[in-house]
Amino acid sequence: MFVDLTTSLGSLQLAAPTLTASGCAAAGKELAQFGDVSTLGAVVTKSIMMAPRSGRATPRMAETPSGMLNSIGLQGPGIESFLENDLAWLRANNVTTIVSIAGNNVDEFGELARILAKVEGVDGLEVNISCPNVESRGQVFACNPVSAAQVIETVRSVWHSDAPVLAKLSPDVTDIVEIAHSVVDAGVDGVSMINTLLGMVIDVDQMKPMLGGRTGGLSGPAIRPVAVRAIYQVHAALPHLPILGMGGIRTGHDALEFIAAGASAVSIGTVVFGDPGAPWRIANELGQELQSRGYNSLSEVVGLARHN
Amino acid sequence: MQCTIRSISPVGNYLHLILDAPEVDEVAPGHFAAVAVGGIGGGMLLRRAFSIHKSTPGQTLEIIFAAHGQGTQWLATQSAGDVIDVIAPLGKPFVLPRQPISCVIVAGGYGAAPMELLARELRGRGCRVDVVLGAATQEKLFGVLDLKGVADSVIVTTDDGTSGVRGRVTDVLADVINKNKSQAVYACGPMPMLQAVAKVSQDNGAFSQCAVEESMACGIGVCMTCVLPVIGDDGVTRMSRSCVDGPVFRGDRVRWDDVHTVPSDAFGAPRPGGH
Repeated sequence: MFVDLTTSLGSLQLAAPTLTASGCAAAGKELAQFGDVSTLGAVVTKSIMMAPRSGRATPRMAETPSGMLNSIGLQGPGIESFLENDLAWLRANNVTTIVSIAGNNVDEFGELARILAKVEGVDGLEVNISCPNVESRGQVFACNPVSAAQVIETVRSVWHSDAPVLAKLSPDVTDIVEIAHSVVDAGVDGVSMINTLLGMVIDVDQMKPMLGGRTGGLSGPAIRPVAVRAIYQVHAALPHLPILGMGGIRTGHDALEFIAAGASAVSIGTVVFGDPGAPWRIANELGQELQSRGYNSLSEVVGLARHN
Repeated sequence: MQCTIRSISPVGNYLHLILDAPEVDEVAPGHFAAVAVGGIGGGMLLRRAFSIHKSTPGQTLEIIFAAHGQGTQWLATQSAGDVIDVIAPLGKPFVLPRQPISCVIVAGGYGAAPMELLARELRGRGCRVDVVLGAATQEKLFGVLDLKGVADSVIVTTDDGTSGVRGRVTDVLADVINKNKSQAVYACGPMPMLQAVAKVSQDNGAFSQCAVEESMACGIGVCMTCVLPVIGDDGVTRMSRSCVDGPVFRGDRVRWDDVHTVPSDAFGAPRPGGH
């Protein structure tokens, strides 16, 4: 029997339930040798900033049990080069594209949104207010309901497009539901959750933090239960809010947990580093997981765990 | 791709892995393979990258590795008939000369793994090939006999003098370059060795290419982990990915003193006050 895996995030219809995760697939092009990128739900780009950015010093990565820490620091070419090269490639290849943006301050988020609202080929905006790899915790807007709302209000005020605006939330907060309420009140169409958790690994031979950036973002299956919990809580509080779920999804079975917790679609992140074909594989597996449980569609399972 | 292990056997301090790899066509010297470790559902998510030692197109792929970390220790426990997941070939290989010039190959430890293949390619183009192989001690040398069968000359150095000349590869490199009027130096090994090789090459008028060793997460260009500062054709230093922009870089273009840092003049470097 055919299982309908189509889904949506607000006004954006997705042909497939798995997307890439920001920071884990660059801007999609490198994955093209492993599958047809246009058949993914969408490519969520690495967070783009106004200016080119070198990122942090190396080492930028430390493998951890069932996960990894990264301190990349938003290395990227800047918006101008992104539009000219990356977005052009995505458009030419008919890839559904959600552009992730990151700003050093509220105004920069607004400026990026203003630019992206005017160009073709942007099917959604993911506002990265939760990257932990910044110099100051004060720049992690998603840790504070007021600054989170300020960013979203600023983006919303210039976003004259039907494409949905998603806020990417951090799990490193006391109450993620409070932050979700705040960004909803500020006008988001949905939320992406979760970003990485702030962590550290210490090299005990050199007696110093292993990462060049000292702290880094923890991702991978190690954080999966945190993501499922956060999505469950936000979905329970805001049942009509579209959620793009991510955090250590490795199999279709994992993805089904996220859907049952309340996500309408999922991003496949860290697992891509070890298995570049994972976004396609997991979509297939998710179909099989649904079918074997007698479901006809993904949409009927969204948030089902809340009712049982 | 799924590869069945044909054999795994010790060579000095290293292990030599031969894989059935029917899907792999031409491999060029300097290409690398990314191997998944720990088994399906295991706790190690990231592949381990190894330069490819040899390949028979459509048949086999061979790598040399040292079991010094958790992932490679797992790999060392695998045996003939076991299946592992491999992505190959990856990366930009060594650039070969169009003219039959005089070349030197320099390698440290199992950095010699891709060098027999390289030596054969160079000889096939009519190049003179002189080789310098170094290691801390005799057991950590690799490929000496195989390279002796291909190269015009092979000099061995060991830090402890257990084999060949006591000392470092760079202690003998200048003489080799000058004696043979070498124009190109090809190197693979630890980063401090590469830095020294690049300097000696430049000081003696030879053009160097170095296959760098930077820890990677994805190996395919998406994660931005394995970057190092490299000067581009336009003179601008960028944090370049060793997996897709390398692993082979021109020795005179890598900013060796600045590896593990972001130079203040790099493209997109933090302005005063930080990012």
